[in-house]
Amino acid sequence: MALMTLSSPHAHGNNSTQKVMLTVTLATLPGLAVMTALFGFGTLINVVLAALFAIATEALILRIRQRPVMFFLKDNSALLTGVLIGLALPPLAPWWITLVATAFAIIFAKQLYGGMGNNPFNPAMIGYALVLISFPLQMTTNWALSSQMGASVAGLGDALSVIFAGGSADAFSGATPLDTYKHLISNKTATEVLTDTTFNGWLNGGWEWVNLAFLAGGLVLLWRRIITWHIPVAMLAGLSLCSLILGWDADMYTPASLHLLSGATMLGAFFIATDPVSAATTPLGKLIYGAGIGILLYIIRTWGSYPDAVAFAVLLMNFAAPFIDAYTQPRTYGHAKANRGLKKPEAK
Amino acid sequence: MATKSLRDISLDGLWNNNPALVQLLGLCPLLAVTGSVVNALGLGLATMMVLIGSNFSVSLIRNHVPDAVRLPAFVMIIASFTTVAELVMQAFTYELYQVLGIFIPLIVTNCAILGRADAFACKNPILPSIVDGFMMALGFTAVLVVLGAMREILGQGVIFSNMQLLFGADAAHWKIELFSDYPDFLFAILPPGAFMAMGLLIAVKNIIDGRIKAAAEAAKVPTEVGGKRVRVTGKIG
Repeated sequence: MALMTLSSPHAHGNNSTQKVMLTVTLATLPGLAVMTALFGFGTLINVVLAALFAIATEALILRIRQRPVMFFLKDNSALLTGVLIGLALPPLAPWWITLVATAFAIIFAKQLYGGMGNNPFNPAMIGYALVLISFPLQMTTNWALSSQMGASVAGLGDALSVIFAGGSADAFSGATPLDTYKHLISNKTATEVLTDTTFNGWLNGGWEWVNLAFLAGGLVLLWRRIITWHIPVAMLAGLSLCSLILGWDADMYTPASLHLLSGATMLGAFFIATDPVSAATTPLGKLIYGAGIGILLYIIRTWGSYPDAVAFAVLLMNFAAPFIDAYTQPRTYGHAKANRGLKKPEAK
Repeated sequence: MATKSLRDISLDGLWNNNPALVQLLGLCPLLAVTGSVVNALGLGLATMMVLIGSNFSVSLIRNHVPDAVRLPAFVMIIASFTTVAELVMQAFTYELYQVLGIFIPLIVTNCAILGRADAFACKNPILPSIVDGFMMALGFTAVLVVLGAMREILGQGVIFSNMQLLFGADAAHWKIELFSDYPDFLFAILPPGAFMAMGLLIAVKNIIDGRIKAAAEAAKVPTEVGGKRVRVTGKIG
Protein backbone atom coordinates (compact mmCIF):
# COMPACT_ATOMS: atom_id res chain seq x y z
CA MET A 1 0.00 0.00 0.00
CA ALA A 2 1.39 3.34 -0.99
CA LEU A 3 -0.16 5.42 1.76
CA MET A 4 0.15 3.71 5.07
CA THR A 5 -1.71 5.22 7.98
CA LEU A 6 0.37 5.25 11.09
CA SER A 7 -0.89 6.37 14.43
CA SER A 8 0.93 9.03 16.42
CA PRO A 9 3.53 9.73 17.70
CA HIS A 10 5.18 10.33 14.36
CA ALA A 11 8.47 11.64 15.65
CA HIS A 12 10.39 9.20 17.76
CA GLY A 13 12.89 10.10 20.41
CA ASN A 14 16.17 8.39 19.80
CA ASN A 15 17.46 8.67 23.32
CA SER A 16 17.61 5.41 25.18
CA THR A 17 18.80 5.37 28.79
CA GLN A 18 21.96 3.69 27.63
CA LYS A 19 22.70 6.42 25.13
CA VAL A 20 21.80 9.26 27.51
CA MET A 21 24.07 7.96 30.24
CA LEU A 22 26.91 7.39 27.79
CA THR A 23 26.55 10.90 26.37
CA VAL A 24 26.61 12.45 29.84
CA THR A 25 29.70 10.40 30.69
CA LEU A 26 31.42 11.50 27.47
CA ALA A 27 30.46 15.13 28.13
CA THR A 28 32.50 15.09 31.34
CA LEU A 29 35.65 14.30 29.34
CA PRO A 30 36.70 17.93 28.68
CA GLY A 31 36.49 18.65 32.39
CA LEU A 32 38.38 15.45 33.19
CA ALA A 33 41.08 16.38 30.70
CA VAL A 34 41.52 19.86 32.18
CA MET A 35 41.56 18.50 35.72
CA THR A 36 44.20 15.96 34.78
CA ALA A 37 46.28 18.66 33.11
CA LEU A 38 46.03 20.96 36.14
CA PHE A 39 46.11 18.59 39.09
CA GLY A 40 48.09 15.65 37.72
CA PHE A 41 47.07 12.05 37.14
CA GLY A 42 45.18 11.69 40.43
CA THR A 43 41.80 12.63 38.98
CA LEU A 44 42.18 10.27 36.04
CA ILE A 45 43.13 7.36 38.33
CA ASN A 46 40.21 8.18 40.64
CA VAL A 47 37.71 8.25 37.79
CA VAL A 48 38.87 4.93 36.36
CA LEU A 49 38.95 3.37 39.82
CA ALA A 50 35.51 4.68 40.81
CA ALA A 51 33.98 3.54 37.51
CA LEU A 52 35.40 0.02 37.97
CA PHE A 53 34.24 -0.13 41.59
CA ALA A 54 30.78 1.13 40.62
CA ILE A 55 30.31 -1.47 37.89
CA ALA A 56 31.62 -4.27 40.09
CA THR A 57 29.37 -3.29 43.03
CA GLU A 58 26.36 -2.93 40.76
CA ALA A 59 26.94 -6.38 39.26
CA LEU A 60 27.39 -7.90 42.70
CA ILE A 61 24.26 -6.44 44.22
CA LEU A 62 22.13 -7.13 41.14
CA ARG A 63 23.22 -10.74 41.48
CA ILE A 64 22.25 -10.79 45.16
CA ARG A 65 18.92 -9.16 44.33
CA GLN A 66 18.42 -11.76 41.58
CA ARG A 67 17.94 -9.17 38.83
CA PRO A 68 19.29 -9.51 35.29
CA VAL A 69 22.89 -8.31 35.67
CA MET A 70 23.85 -7.53 32.07
CA PHE A 71 20.55 -5.80 31.31
CA PHE A 72 21.04 -3.23 34.05
CA LEU A 73 24.81 -2.91 33.62
CA LYS A 74 24.31 -2.01 29.98
CA ASP A 75 22.32 1.11 30.84
CA ASN A 76 25.63 2.75 31.89
CA SER A 77 24.10 4.42 34.94
CA ALA A 78 26.58 2.79 37.31
CA LEU A 79 29.40 3.94 35.05
CA LEU A 80 28.13 7.52 35.24
CA THR A 81 27.76 7.39 39.03
CA GLY A 82 31.34 6.15 39.29
CA VAL A 83 32.69 8.82 36.97
CA LEU A 84 30.90 11.61 38.88
CA ILE A 85 32.25 10.35 42.20
CA GLY A 86 35.74 10.13 40.72
CA LEU A 87 35.50 13.74 39.53
CA ALA A 88 34.15 14.96 42.87
CA LEU A 89 36.74 13.31 45.11
CA PRO A 90 40.04 15.05 45.82
CA PRO A 91 42.58 13.98 43.14
CA LEU A 92 44.90 12.42 45.70
CA ALA A 93 42.29 10.65 47.85
CA PRO A 94 43.44 7.18 48.95
CA TRP A 95 41.86 4.28 47.05
CA TRP A 96 39.70 3.06 49.95
CA ILE A 97 37.85 6.39 50.08
CA THR A 98 36.86 5.88 46.46
CA LEU A 99 35.77 2.33 47.29
CA VAL A 100 33.65 3.35 50.29
CA ALA A 101 32.00 6.26 48.45
CA THR A 102 31.20 4.22 45.34
CA ALA A 103 30.00 1.10 47.13
CA PHE A 104 27.77 3.14 49.44
CA ALA A 105 26.36 5.12 46.52
CA ILE A 106 25.47 2.01 44.53
CA ILE A 107 24.32 -0.26 47.37
CA PHE A 108 22.59 2.08 49.79
CA ALA A 109 21.60 5.12 47.73
CA LYS A 110 20.56 3.26 44.59
CA GLN A 111 19.91 -0.48 44.85
CA LEU A 112 18.33 -0.59 48.32
CA TYR A 113 15.73 1.89 47.09
CA GLY A 114 14.91 -0.42 44.20
CA GLY A 115 17.64 0.31 41.65
CA MET A 116 17.69 2.42 38.50
CA GLY A 117 14.94 5.05 38.51
CA ASN A 118 13.79 4.56 42.10
CA ASN A 119 16.40 6.46 44.06
CA PRO A 120 15.09 9.63 45.74
CA PHE A 121 18.62 11.00 46.15
CA ASN A 122 21.48 11.46 43.75
CA PRO A 123 23.61 8.34 44.41
CA ALA A 124 26.94 9.95 43.51
CA MET A 125 26.33 12.81 45.93
CA ILE A 126 25.25 10.46 48.73
CA GLY A 127 28.52 8.58 48.32
CA TYR A 128 30.48 11.82 48.27
CA ALA A 129 28.67 13.28 51.30
CA LEU A 130 29.25 10.05 53.22
CA VAL A 131 33.03 10.17 52.83
CA LEU A 132 33.07 13.94 53.30
CA ILE A 133 31.51 13.74 56.77
CA SER A 134 33.27 10.49 57.66
CA PHE A 135 36.84 11.29 56.70
CA PRO A 136 37.21 15.08 57.07
CA LEU A 137 40.98 14.85 57.34
CA GLN A 138 41.56 12.98 54.08
CA MET A 139 38.75 14.77 52.24
CA THR A 140 39.42 18.41 53.03
CA THR A 141 43.21 18.62 53.18
CA ASN A 142 44.01 16.49 50.18
CA TRP A 143 43.01 18.63 47.25
CA ALA A 144 45.90 18.76 44.81
CA LEU A 145 47.53 22.07 43.98
CA SER A 146 47.09 23.18 40.39
CA SER A 147 49.99 23.89 38.11
CA GLN A 148 48.74 27.49 37.83
CA MET A 149 49.47 27.98 41.51
CA GLY A 150 53.15 27.55 40.66
CA ALA A 151 53.24 24.23 42.47
CA SER A 152 54.82 21.02 41.30
CA VAL A 153 52.05 18.68 40.22
CA ALA A 154 52.11 15.06 41.30
CA GLY A 155 53.38 12.91 38.45
CA LEU A 156 51.99 9.47 37.58
CA GLY A 157 54.33 7.67 39.97
CA ASP A 158 53.65 10.09 42.83
CA ALA A 159 49.90 9.91 42.30
CA LEU A 160 49.94 6.11 42.29
CA SER A 161 52.00 5.99 45.46
CA VAL A 162 49.70 8.45 47.27
CA ILE A 163 46.51 6.71 46.15
CA PHE A 164 47.49 3.06 46.54
CA ALA A 165 50.46 2.88 48.89
CA GLY A 166 49.42 5.45 51.47
CA GLY A 167 52.22 7.87 50.56
CA SER A 168 52.05 11.42 51.88
CA ALA A 169 50.28 13.95 49.69
CA ASP A 170 51.53 16.96 51.64
CA ALA A 171 53.92 18.11 48.95
CA PHE A 172 51.22 18.25 46.30
CA SER A 173 48.14 19.36 48.18
CA GLY A 174 46.74 22.44 49.82
CA ALA A 175 43.59 24.49 50.29
CA THR A 176 41.36 25.32 47.32
CA PRO A 177 40.77 28.93 46.25
CA LEU A 178 37.23 28.96 47.71
CA ASP A 179 38.51 27.80 51.07
CA THR A 180 41.50 30.14 51.13
CA TYR A 181 39.49 33.21 50.13
CA LYS A 182 36.86 32.53 52.78
CA HIS A 183 39.45 32.24 55.52
CA LEU A 184 41.80 35.05 54.50
CA ILE A 185 39.14 37.65 53.72
CA SER A 186 38.15 37.91 57.39
CA ASN A 187 41.20 40.00 58.16
CA LYS A 188 42.59 41.07 54.78
CA THR A 189 41.46 43.07 51.77
CA ALA A 190 40.74 41.49 48.41
CA THR A 191 44.01 42.69 46.86
CA GLU A 192 46.00 41.30 49.76
CA VAL A 193 44.26 37.96 49.55
CA LEU A 194 45.13 37.62 45.87
CA THR A 195 48.84 37.78 46.67
CA ASP A 196 48.49 34.43 48.48
CA THR A 197 50.22 31.54 46.72
CA THR A 198 46.89 29.78 46.18
CA PHE A 199 45.87 32.50 43.74
CA ASN A 200 49.24 33.58 42.45
CA GLY A 201 47.60 36.63 40.92
CA TRP A 202 44.85 34.64 39.18
CA LEU A 203 41.52 34.86 40.91
CA ASN A 204 40.69 31.18 40.56
CA GLY A 205 44.05 29.47 40.68
CA GLY A 206 43.36 27.43 37.54
CA TRP A 207 39.88 26.40 38.61
CA GLU A 208 38.29 28.65 35.99
CA TRP A 209 39.52 26.28 33.26
CA VAL A 210 37.99 23.31 35.04
CA ASN A 211 34.65 25.08 35.31
CA LEU A 212 34.74 26.37 31.73
CA ALA A 213 35.44 22.83 30.53
CA PHE A 214 32.45 21.48 32.45
CA LEU A 215 30.39 24.38 31.10
CA ALA A 216 31.36 23.31 27.58
CA GLY A 217 30.37 19.73 28.36
CA GLY A 218 27.08 20.99 29.78
CA LEU A 219 26.36 22.98 26.61
CA VAL A 220 26.84 19.77 24.62
CA LEU A 221 24.22 18.12 26.83
CA LEU A 222 21.84 21.03 26.19
CA TRP A 223 22.51 20.81 22.46
CA ARG A 224 21.89 17.06 22.45
CA ARG A 225 18.69 17.77 24.42
CA ILE A 226 19.71 15.48 27.23
CA ILE A 227 18.98 18.17 29.78
CA THR A 228 16.83 21.28 29.60
CA TRP A 229 18.07 24.76 30.40
CA HIS A 230 15.88 25.23 33.49
CA ILE A 231 17.93 23.67 36.28
CA PRO A 232 21.43 24.94 35.34
CA VAL A 233 20.20 28.45 34.55
CA ALA A 234 18.12 28.70 37.72
CA MET A 235 20.95 27.35 39.84
CA LEU A 236 23.59 29.67 38.40
CA ALA A 237 21.16 32.60 38.61
CA GLY A 238 20.35 31.84 42.24
CA LEU A 239 24.03 31.61 43.11
CA SER A 240 24.96 34.80 41.22
CA LEU A 241 22.07 36.85 42.60
CA CYS A 242 22.91 35.83 46.16
CA SER A 243 26.57 36.65 45.75
CA LEU A 244 25.81 39.98 44.00
CA ILE A 245 23.23 41.11 46.54
CA LEU A 246 24.59 39.69 49.78
CA GLY A 247 28.27 39.45 48.94
CA TRP A 248 28.80 42.48 46.68
CA ASP A 249 31.77 43.64 48.74
CA ALA A 250 34.78 41.58 47.65
CA ASP A 251 36.66 42.80 50.72
CA MET A 252 34.20 40.99 52.94
CA TYR A 253 32.77 38.07 50.98
CA THR A 254 33.84 35.73 48.20
CA PRO A 255 33.07 37.55 44.91
CA ALA A 256 30.56 36.21 42.39
CA SER A 257 33.24 35.39 39.82
CA LEU A 258 34.95 33.07 42.29
CA HIS A 259 31.62 31.47 43.20
CA LEU A 260 30.75 30.80 39.56
CA LEU A 261 34.13 29.67 38.30
CA SER A 262 35.57 27.81 41.23
CA GLY A 263 34.80 24.64 43.11
CA ALA A 264 32.22 22.30 41.68
CA THR A 265 29.78 24.97 40.46
CA MET A 266 29.61 24.03 36.77
CA LEU A 267 29.95 20.29 37.37
CA GLY A 268 27.07 20.60 39.82
CA ALA A 269 24.89 22.79 37.64
CA PHE A 270 25.06 20.70 34.47
CA PHE A 271 25.92 17.16 35.56
CA ILE A 272 24.76 16.63 39.13
CA ALA A 273 21.70 18.79 39.74
CA THR A 274 20.19 17.62 36.44
CA ASP A 275 20.02 13.94 37.38
CA PRO A 276 16.69 12.94 35.78
CA VAL A 277 15.70 10.57 38.57
CA SER A 278 16.16 12.67 41.68
CA ALA A 279 15.51 16.19 40.30
CA ALA A 280 12.16 17.95 39.91
CA THR A 281 10.49 17.23 36.57
CA THR A 282 7.95 19.95 35.75
CA PRO A 283 9.29 23.09 33.98
CA LEU A 284 8.34 25.45 36.83
CA GLY A 285 9.44 22.88 39.37
CA LYS A 286 12.87 22.66 37.73
CA LEU A 287 13.29 26.42 38.06
CA ILE A 288 12.39 26.34 41.76
CA TYR A 289 14.58 23.28 42.32
CA GLY A 290 17.59 24.82 40.54
CA ALA A 291 17.20 28.17 42.30
CA GLY A 292 16.98 26.36 45.64
CA ILE A 293 20.26 24.61 44.95
CA GLY A 294 21.93 27.88 43.98
CA ILE A 295 20.73 29.67 47.13
CA LEU A 296 21.65 26.78 49.44
CA LEU A 297 25.03 26.54 47.73
CA TYR A 298 25.71 30.20 48.51
CA ILE A 299 24.47 29.91 52.09
CA ILE A 300 26.53 26.83 52.95
CA ARG A 301 29.64 28.11 51.18
CA THR A 302 29.45 31.47 52.95
CA TRP A 303 28.27 30.60 56.45
CA GLY A 304 28.83 26.85 56.67
CA SER A 305 31.98 25.10 57.77
CA TYR A 306 32.60 23.31 54.47
CA PRO A 307 34.35 25.17 51.65
CA ASP A 308 32.08 23.75 48.93
CA ALA A 309 28.51 22.58 49.18
CA VAL A 310 27.22 21.21 45.87
CA ALA A 311 26.58 17.78 47.41
CA PHE A 312 24.68 19.09 50.41
CA ALA A 313 22.68 21.62 48.38
CA VAL A 314 21.67 19.00 45.82
CA LEU A 315 20.73 16.43 48.46
CA LEU A 316 18.63 18.95 50.39
CA MET A 317 16.72 19.89 47.26
CA ASN A 318 16.32 16.20 46.35
CA PHE A 319 14.27 16.00 49.56
CA ALA A 320 12.02 18.75 48.27
CA ALA A 321 11.70 17.59 44.65
CA PRO A 322 8.56 15.40 45.02
CA PHE A 323 6.83 18.20 46.94
CA ILE A 324 7.81 20.80 44.35
CA ASP A 325 6.53 18.52 41.58
CA ALA A 326 3.20 18.03 43.32
CA TYR A 327 2.58 21.79 43.44
CA THR A 328 3.84 22.72 39.98
CA GLN A 329 1.90 20.33 37.74
CA PRO A 330 1.15 22.08 34.45
CA ARG A 331 -2.43 22.25 33.16
CA THR A 332 -3.13 19.25 30.97
CA TYR A 333 -4.81 19.75 27.62
CA GLY A 334 -8.56 19.47 27.99
CA HIS A 335 -8.64 20.48 31.63
CA ALA A 336 -9.60 23.97 32.77
CA LYS A 337 -7.32 23.90 35.77
CA ALA A 338 -4.00 22.34 36.62
CA ASN A 339 -4.27 19.39 38.97
CA ARG A 340 -1.98 20.63 41.71
CA GLY A 341 -1.30 19.84 45.30
CA LEU A 342 -1.13 16.68 47.33
CA LYS A 343 -4.01 14.28 46.91
CA LYS A 344 -6.15 13.52 49.88
CA PRO A 345 -6.49 9.80 50.45
CA GLU A 346 -9.83 8.67 49.06
CA ALA A 347 -12.56 7.95 51.57
CA LYS A 348 -13.37 4.30 51.86
CA MET B 1 -7.39 -12.95 79.74
CA ALA B 2 -5.62 -16.18 79.26
CA THR B 3 -2.17 -16.07 80.78
CA LYS B 4 0.70 -16.95 78.51
CA SER B 5 3.23 -19.58 79.43
CA LEU B 6 6.58 -18.32 80.69
CA ARG B 7 8.22 -19.78 77.61
CA ASP B 8 5.99 -17.72 75.31
CA ILE B 9 6.65 -14.62 77.39
CA SER B 10 10.39 -15.17 77.06
CA LEU B 11 10.23 -15.80 73.32
CA ASP B 12 8.12 -12.67 72.87
CA GLY B 13 10.57 -10.48 74.74
CA LEU B 14 13.68 -11.87 73.09
CA TRP B 15 12.50 -12.27 69.53
CA ASN B 16 8.87 -12.19 68.36
CA ASN B 17 7.95 -8.93 70.03
CA ASN B 18 11.42 -7.51 70.67
CA PRO B 19 11.04 -3.93 71.96
CA ALA B 20 13.77 -2.54 69.70
CA LEU B 21 13.39 -4.61 66.53
CA VAL B 22 9.62 -5.11 66.37
CA GLN B 23 7.93 -2.54 68.59
CA LEU B 24 10.58 0.06 67.64
CA LEU B 25 10.30 1.60 71.10
CA GLY B 26 13.02 3.39 73.00
CA LEU B 27 14.80 4.43 69.80
CA CYS B 28 16.16 7.67 71.26
CA PRO B 29 18.65 6.07 73.69
CA LEU B 30 19.09 3.21 71.25
CA LEU B 31 20.42 5.52 68.57
CA ALA B 32 22.19 7.95 70.84
CA VAL B 33 24.32 5.80 73.10
CA THR B 34 25.17 2.76 71.00
CA GLY B 35 28.51 4.18 69.91
CA SER B 36 30.37 1.45 71.79
CA VAL B 37 29.67 -1.85 73.53
CA VAL B 38 30.28 -0.50 77.01
CA ASN B 39 27.83 2.39 76.63
CA ALA B 40 25.21 0.08 75.18
CA LEU B 41 25.66 -2.50 77.92
CA GLY B 42 25.56 0.18 80.63
CA LEU B 43 22.31 1.66 79.39
CA GLY B 44 20.86 -1.81 78.76
CA LEU B 45 21.53 -2.91 82.32
CA ALA B 46 20.08 0.30 83.77
CA THR B 47 16.97 -0.14 81.62
CA MET B 48 16.71 -3.76 82.74
CA MET B 49 16.82 -2.73 86.39
CA VAL B 50 14.05 -0.17 85.88
CA LEU B 51 11.91 -2.46 83.74
CA ILE B 52 11.97 -5.41 86.14
CA GLY B 53 11.28 -3.12 89.11
CA SER B 54 8.45 -1.27 87.44
CA ASN B 55 6.80 -4.44 86.10
CA PHE B 56 6.98 -5.99 89.56
CA SER B 57 5.49 -2.94 91.32
CA VAL B 58 2.82 -2.30 88.73
CA SER B 59 1.72 -5.92 88.92
CA LEU B 60 1.65 -5.66 92.71
CA ILE B 61 -0.76 -2.73 92.74
CA ARG B 62 -2.71 -3.69 89.63
CA ASN B 63 -5.97 -4.37 91.48
CA HIS B 64 -5.85 -1.24 93.61
CA VAL B 65 -5.25 1.57 91.12
CA PRO B 66 -8.32 2.96 89.33
CA ASP B 67 -8.07 2.84 85.53
CA ALA B 68 -8.40 6.60 85.11
CA VAL B 69 -5.21 7.43 86.99
CA ARG B 70 -3.15 4.36 86.10
CA LEU B 71 -0.75 6.13 83.72
CA PRO B 72 0.37 8.81 86.21
CA ALA B 73 0.80 6.08 88.81
CA PHE B 74 2.94 4.00 86.42
CA VAL B 75 5.08 6.99 85.50
CA MET B 76 5.67 7.75 89.20
CA ILE B 77 6.81 4.18 89.76
CA ILE B 78 9.08 4.23 86.71
CA ALA B 79 10.55 7.58 87.75
CA SER B 80 11.34 6.24 91.21
CA PHE B 81 13.13 3.20 89.81
CA THR B 82 15.01 5.38 87.33
CA THR B 83 16.24 7.52 90.19
CA VAL B 84 17.36 4.38 91.99
CA ALA B 85 19.21 3.19 88.87
CA GLU B 86 20.81 6.59 88.52
CA LEU B 87 22.02 6.60 92.12
CA VAL B 88 23.33 3.05 91.81
CA MET B 89 25.30 4.02 88.72
CA GLN B 90 26.66 7.09 90.46
CA ALA B 91 27.81 4.90 93.34
CA PHE B 92 29.45 2.08 91.40
CA THR B 93 30.20 3.21 87.83
CA TYR B 94 30.54 6.95 88.16
CA GLU B 95 32.58 7.43 84.96
CA LEU B 96 30.10 5.48 82.85
CA TYR B 97 27.32 7.50 84.46
CA GLN B 98 29.06 10.65 83.26
CA VAL B 99 29.51 9.26 79.75
CA LEU B 100 25.84 8.30 79.40
CA GLY B 101 24.79 11.63 80.93
CA ILE B 102 21.23 12.69 80.18
CA PHE B 103 20.24 9.31 78.77
CA ILE B 104 20.07 7.73 82.24
CA PRO B 105 17.34 10.09 83.57
CA LEU B 106 15.68 9.80 80.17
CA ILE B 107 14.96 6.12 80.84
CA VAL B 108 11.74 7.47 82.40
CA THR B 109 10.53 8.44 78.96
CA ASN B 110 11.50 5.15 77.35
CA CYS B 111 8.16 4.03 75.93
CA ALA B 112 9.19 0.39 76.07
CA ILE B 113 8.92 0.53 79.87
CA LEU B 114 5.59 2.34 80.09
CA GLY B 115 4.37 0.11 77.28
CA ARG B 116 5.14 -3.07 79.22
CA ALA B 117 3.56 -1.66 82.37
CA ASP B 118 0.34 -0.83 80.58
CA ALA B 119 0.19 -3.75 78.17
CA PHE B 120 1.37 -6.55 80.41
CA ALA B 121 2.15 -5.90 84.06
CA CYS B 122 -1.18 -4.29 84.96
CA LYS B 123 -3.06 -7.36 83.69
CA ASN B 124 -0.88 -10.19 84.92
CA PRO B 125 0.27 -11.73 88.19
CA ILE B 126 3.64 -10.94 89.67
CA LEU B 127 5.82 -13.81 88.42
CA PRO B 128 4.90 -13.51 84.71
CA SER B 129 5.35 -9.74 84.99
CA ILE B 130 8.86 -10.09 86.35
CA VAL B 131 9.77 -12.62 83.67
CA ASP B 132 8.28 -10.36 81.02
CA GLY B 133 10.26 -7.39 82.31
CA PHE B 134 13.47 -9.38 82.37
CA MET B 135 13.04 -10.88 78.90
CA MET B 136 11.95 -7.62 77.27
CA ALA B 137 14.92 -5.86 78.82
CA LEU B 138 17.22 -8.69 77.74
CA GLY B 139 15.95 -8.40 74.16
CA PHE B 140 16.43 -4.63 74.28
CA THR B 141 19.94 -4.94 75.74
CA ALA B 142 20.91 -7.56 73.20
CA VAL B 143 19.99 -5.22 70.33
CA LEU B 144 21.82 -2.35 72.04
CA VAL B 145 24.98 -4.42 72.43
CA VAL B 146 24.92 -5.74 68.86
CA LEU B 147 24.43 -2.19 67.56
CA GLY B 148 27.20 -0.95 69.82
CA ALA B 149 29.55 -3.64 68.58
CA MET B 150 28.72 -2.94 64.92
CA ARG B 151 29.29 0.78 65.34
CA GLU B 152 32.44 0.36 67.40
CA ILE B 153 34.00 -1.98 64.85
CA LEU B 154 32.98 0.11 61.84
CA GLY B 155 33.65 3.45 63.46
CA GLN B 156 36.91 2.91 65.26
CA GLY B 157 38.15 -0.52 64.22
CA VAL B 158 38.19 -1.77 67.83
CA ILE B 159 35.79 -3.66 70.08
CA PHE B 160 35.28 -3.80 73.86
CA SER B 161 37.17 -0.56 74.48
CA ASN B 162 36.82 1.15 77.87
CA MET B 163 35.21 -1.90 79.44
CA GLN B 164 36.87 -0.89 82.72
CA LEU B 165 34.09 1.68 83.13
CA LEU B 166 31.69 -1.15 83.86
CA PHE B 167 33.79 -4.11 84.99
CA GLY B 168 36.58 -2.53 87.02
CA ALA B 169 40.25 -1.99 86.24
CA ASP B 170 40.87 -5.62 85.21
CA ALA B 171 38.71 -5.15 82.14
CA ALA B 172 40.94 -2.42 80.73
CA HIS B 173 42.84 -4.93 78.57
CA TRP B 174 39.70 -6.47 77.03
CA LYS B 175 39.99 -4.02 74.17
CA ILE B 176 40.71 -5.77 70.89
CA GLU B 177 42.16 -3.83 67.98
CA LEU B 178 40.78 -5.45 64.87
CA PHE B 179 42.57 -3.29 62.35
CA SER B 180 45.75 -1.42 63.00
CA ASP B 181 45.98 2.10 61.61
CA TYR B 182 42.22 2.31 61.06
CA PRO B 183 40.94 5.74 59.97
CA ASP B 184 37.93 6.67 62.12
CA PHE B 185 34.75 6.19 60.10
CA LEU B 186 32.79 9.10 61.57
CA PHE B 187 29.54 8.15 59.85
CA ALA B 188 29.24 4.99 61.96
CA ILE B 189 29.98 6.90 65.15
CA LEU B 190 27.42 9.66 64.44
CA PRO B 191 23.64 9.02 64.82
CA PRO B 192 22.96 8.47 61.07
CA GLY B 193 25.13 5.36 61.28
CA ALA B 194 22.92 4.10 64.10
CA PHE B 195 19.79 4.50 61.97
CA MET B 196 21.41 2.57 59.15
CA ALA B 197 22.73 -0.21 61.40
CA MET B 198 19.28 -0.45 63.01
CA GLY B 199 17.65 -0.76 59.59
CA LEU B 200 20.07 -3.54 58.67
CA LEU B 201 19.33 -5.39 61.93
CA ILE B 202 15.58 -5.20 61.32
CA ALA B 203 16.13 -6.46 57.77
CA VAL B 204 18.18 -9.39 59.07
CA LYS B 205 15.44 -10.25 61.56
CA ASN B 206 12.81 -10.18 58.82
CA ILE B 207 14.95 -12.42 56.60
CA ILE B 208 15.33 -14.96 59.42
CA ASP B 209 11.59 -14.81 60.19
CA GLY B 210 10.85 -15.32 56.50
CA ARG B 211 13.13 -18.36 56.37
CA ILE B 212 11.49 -19.86 59.47
CA LYS B 213 8.05 -19.29 57.99
CA ALA B 214 9.05 -20.82 54.67
CA ALA B 215 10.53 -23.82 56.44
CA ALA B 216 7.31 -24.26 58.45
CA GLU B 217 5.24 -24.06 55.25
CA ALA B 218 7.44 -26.64 53.59
CA ALA B 219 7.20 -28.97 56.58
CA LYS B 220 3.41 -28.94 56.55
CA VAL B 221 1.89 -32.09 55.07
CA PRO B 222 0.14 -30.96 51.90
CA THR B 223 -3.51 -31.84 51.50
CA GLU B 224 -4.02 -34.00 48.48
CA VAL B 225 -5.99 -32.37 45.74
CA GLY B 226 -9.02 -34.48 44.88
CA GLY B 227 -8.43 -36.66 47.91
CA LYS B 228 -11.35 -38.53 49.40
CA ARG B 229 -13.36 -36.79 52.07
CA VAL B 230 -15.28 -38.55 54.75
CA ARG B 231 -18.91 -37.78 54.49
CA VAL B 232 -20.25 -36.85 57.90
CA THR B 233 -23.77 -35.63 57.16
CA GLY B 234 -26.65 -37.11 55.30
CA LYS B 235 -27.49 -40.66 54.73
CA ILE B 236 -24.81 -43.03 53.62
CA GLY B 237 -26.28 -45.42 51.16
